[in-house]
Amino acid sequence: MSARNLLDVAWVIPAFPALGAVVLLLVGKRIGEPKAGWLGTTMIFLSFVASVIAFFALRSLSPDARSNVSQGFTWIQAGTFRVDLRFLVDPLSSTMTLFVTGVGTLIHLYSIGYMHDDERFSRFFAYMNLFAASMLVLVLASSFLMTYLGWEGVALCSYLLVSFWFERNSAAVAGKKAFVTNRVGDLGFLIAMFLIFQKVGTLNYSALGAAARLPHSTVTAIALLLFVGAMGKSAQVPLHIWLPDAMEGPTPVSALIHAATMVTAGVFLLVRAHTYFDFAPHAGTVVAWVGAITALYAASVALVQDDIKRVLAYSTISQLGYMFLAVGVGAYSAGIFHMITHAFFKALLFLGAGSVIHGMHDEQDMRRMGGLRKYMPITAGTFIVGWLAISGIIPFAGFWSKDEILAKAWFSHNYALWSVGAAAAVMTAFYMTRQVWLVFYGPERWRDDAALVRANVVQGTGDAHEGDDVRVQSASGPEPHESPWTMYVPLLGLAALAFFGGILDLPFTNAKLNVLDRWLDLPESHAASSFGLGLLLSTVALIIGLIGIVWGVRVYQNGLRGDGTDSTVERLGGFARVLQNAWYIDYGVSRVVSGPITAFARFLSEGVDGAGIDGAVNGIATAAREGGGALRRLQTGLVRNYALGIAFGTVALLVYVATRVTF
Amino acid sequence: MSALAYPDHITATYYLVLAAILFTIGAVGLLVRKNTLVMFMCIELMLNAANLTFVSYANALNDISGQVIVFFTLVVAAAEVAVGLAIIIAIFRRRQSVNADDVDLLKG
Repeated sequence: MSARNLLDVAWVIPAFPALGAVVLLLVGKRIGEPKAGWLGTTMIFLSFVASVIAFFALRSLSPDARSNVSQGFTWIQAGTFRVDLRFLVDPLSSTMTLFVTGVGTLIHLYSIGYMHDDERFSRFFAYMNLFAASMLVLVLASSFLMTYLGWEGVALCSYLLVSFWFERNSAAVAGKKAFVTNRVGDLGFLIAMFLIFQKVGTLNYSALGAAARLPHSTVTAIALLLFVGAMGKSAQVPLHIWLPDAMEGPTPVSALIHAATMVTAGVFLLVRAHTYFDFAPHAGTVVAWVGAITALYAASVALVQDDIKRVLAYSTISQLGYMFLAVGVGAYSAGIFHMITHAFFKALLFLGAGSVIHGMHDEQDMRRMGGLRKYMPITAGTFIVGWLAISGIIPFAGFWSKDEILAKAWFSHNYALWSVGAAAAVMTAFYMTRQVWLVFYGPERWRDDAALVRANVVQGTGDAHEGDDVRVQSASGPEPHESPWTMYVPLLGLAALAFFGGILDLPFTNAKLNVLDRWLDLPESHAASSFGLGLLLSTVALIIGLIGIVWGVRVYQNGLRGDGTDSTVERLGGFARVLQNAWYIDYGVSRVVSGPITAFARFLSEGVDGAGIDGAVNGIATAAREGGGALRRLQTGLVRNYALGIAFGTVALLVYVATRVTF
Repeated sequence: MSALAYPDHITATYYLVLAAILFTIGAVGLLVRKNTLVMFMCIELMLNAANLTFVSYANALNDISGQVIVFFTLVVAAAEVAVGLAIIIAIFRRRQSVNADDVDLLKG
């Protein structure tokens, strides 16, 4: 069987989890726990195996021929518009399938332990499988529209999973918010597709090269509209508001959304359609700056969050900002590299956080944790690997990818972007250190109920959704414990990946250690770069990370202050409030929506629809009724009146005939 | 044919004028009287005025079809009387009245 024959059946990669989703939805209840979980995990694992086979089949081809569009069928045919359902396997999609299914498998395995005893256990795995299948369709698509199919599938699954515990109102609202915010971005993607079809005539990725023939303004417009789509999916400012709220879903869902199956889609789309950015440098600048601002913004917000998952959520937004920064300066493979390493360490951190929440009996507030490393050593150890990776400490994966992005920004003479990225890197190291120390080191604050109460009163910033009963319950509950093996095995696997992930793409180009770079074979900005300067920049990046860590340790080595307040919050003073409220962007958006937009909607509803359209319809009905009411008086029911009418009518007719004959 | 039974100076005009007078009496009677039976007779009067006109023209124009139509009119009139009188009797049984203005069930 030749490699191309193997690649022609690439459809099995999304088919496995899709089949799992169908089976679990239909008979999942009968399969029951934990078999349903094992079925879902097996399906995504088979998909991973298929991805590995596809990878090796693709590698056996010569570098120039590493692109295969499988056989398929015509999905939509309307006039000259034609979309085929075929799967494209090339180095980019192959890389994506490998880490989506790989990380996805570990998250599925973890979920078996985490979702234990949930009443909708099997449905959870059905949604998770569907989520993975949608993402795989998205990355293996051979045209924009097929990517859009997966894109929407991913949005649907995120809605279903974020509001999985829909009995809680906040979860239902968060799911809705994720869905609606994504729609805003999708509109940009949709319009970009309209433009591409109008100007190029086909949505196939094989016609991506047509960007070179289009006028500059058109290419820029398409690139920016694609970026709007990516902003929604990948949570870039100002469409990031759904991601922190998406924490309402079960923790494995957060891991899946943040690491593998959702937020990476935006970066993937831009890299897939990179020809449009190659010919639209201004669009690239916009992308890079939005990314840099997002990185800085989200890192600043993460500094003062108290919810363990919220810190990680803002951290994801910040790291996605780095990826867009990379794409914006034309360093596509660096963006993909960071996407992969981020998938490793962010999945690790989220699953670790889930393990902590699980062990702490559903406590999420870091102010009520501390000293947990004694009680959950595996979770703590793996979390620390994730912390060092995201902080950019050599030799962990995050160091190599983040350094590569910053170096590429520097080499393309975007020194301002580099500075913003570096500032965000300090904050990243700081807030992650803060999290590690608050959770795993310092005094065991969950024992001390009185101090907790004091902390809440003094600080007064407790999250609104956490009531007093939660605290009392956690304080008086049993001691924290390590999680079952289905939960810590994935942690160990991901920790290994977060540790060694960097070897995918080491910056030693002369020794050909930039494996991923050469494998993806994407065009790079060929700005002058030198090994010496690169080394210097790496050292600076490392020092930046260390500064953040040392600073964080100094501030938090004894946990919170004696009176239970947070030193950072204290020092920032009034500004901490701004950060805690995420710069009031959420608040501002709600104000705009509940103010002018609601007023406009009311005008449309009451003014245009109510008075105008309903008025016209009702007016016609009223006219008919009033006219009928007036005319019915003619109908007296008296025979003699009718006779009179007939007589007059006859006379009138006679007169008419007579006069016509006469004249 | 025209010399059949009529004096020469009595032309078709006489008959036509008579028919017109009879028709007018019938029409006005139908409109001004309230008694259903009288209204019925007025209708008969109008029908027969029409018959007279047909016959006059048939005689004057020497065309038999005018007289044929009269037979049709007679048949229709007979049917109308049969139905009409039945209705009048039915109404009288219910209301003890034959006043046309008392009956306005179809008032809109």
